[in-house]
Amino acid sequence: MPETTTDTTTDGTAGADPAKRSLGTGPGRLLVTLYGVFTVAAASRSLYQLIAQFDRAPLAYSLSALSAVVYGFITFSLVRGGEGARRAALGCCALELLGVLGIGTWTLVDPAAFPDATVWSDYGMGYLFIPVILPVTGLIWLRRSRRA
Amino acid sequence: MIDALTLVVGVTALALAAWCGFAAYRDQPTKDWHFIGMAVVSLLAVVQLVIGIVQLARGQSPDKGTAIFVSYLLGAAACVPATGFLSLSERTRWGSATVAAGAVVLAVLEVRLFDIWGGGSA
Repeated sequence: MPETTTDTTTDGTAGADPAKRSLGTGPGRLLVTLYGVFTVAAASRSLYQLIAQFDRAPLAYSLSALSAVVYGFITFSLVRGGEGARRAALGCCALELLGVLGIGTWTLVDPAAFPDATVWSDYGMGYLFIPVILPVTGLIWLRRSRRA
Repeated sequence: MIDALTLVVGVTALALAAWCGFAAYRDQPTKDWHFIGMAVVSLLAVVQLVIGIVQLARGQSPDKGTAIFVSYLLGAAACVPATGFLSLSERTRWGSATVAAGAVVLAVLEVRLFDIWGGGSA
């Protein structure tokens, strides 16, 4: 089907309000997917741990739950689109980056506080460092969408 | 049995990721052939889900707990179909990249599933 290759580039979304749709299309679609995966992963993991083994590492599991909420909110904002959502997502990506760097450092400096890992332990090493790459990519994408 | 299937799903998922990643690299959206590939990988993942549940019903139990095992099986089965639908409404290279990402996630889930089941021993 070669006829469909070039008719929709990133800025060619033929909606009534292209700015409103552009957050979750083009490269944004990949971002939505990754944030969606991390929302599901972090949420199901922390839910299970909070229910089944809360006493083992309450701090770590609560922080995982917090990261799940942040991921969920960013996913929702990217899908919703629009300037308000873009600003909200921008704030959350910044929070996410701070969280990954902060908790990553915290787990290295004071391992005793974390008997079990969080999603953001060691800068997200258990998740192929995607947790630290994702917010940076998100920030770049959200900044670029403003000009587009 | 389930170990072999885990390996097969993992390898085909990586192949699908490479194929769709190549399409993204060449600036192409997902085509019919890609969707057939996705269907094959998804079917394998669903077969794995069914066999996993049958194993549980026969009284075998995974090393790391039944709840975790079942949720990973469900996640693995949902992975590729979900990204496939996303690529249907994103007819650019980024649709292909999305499917590639979903397939990589599936491969990672398979590695984890192998651990959770208790690779080889059980």
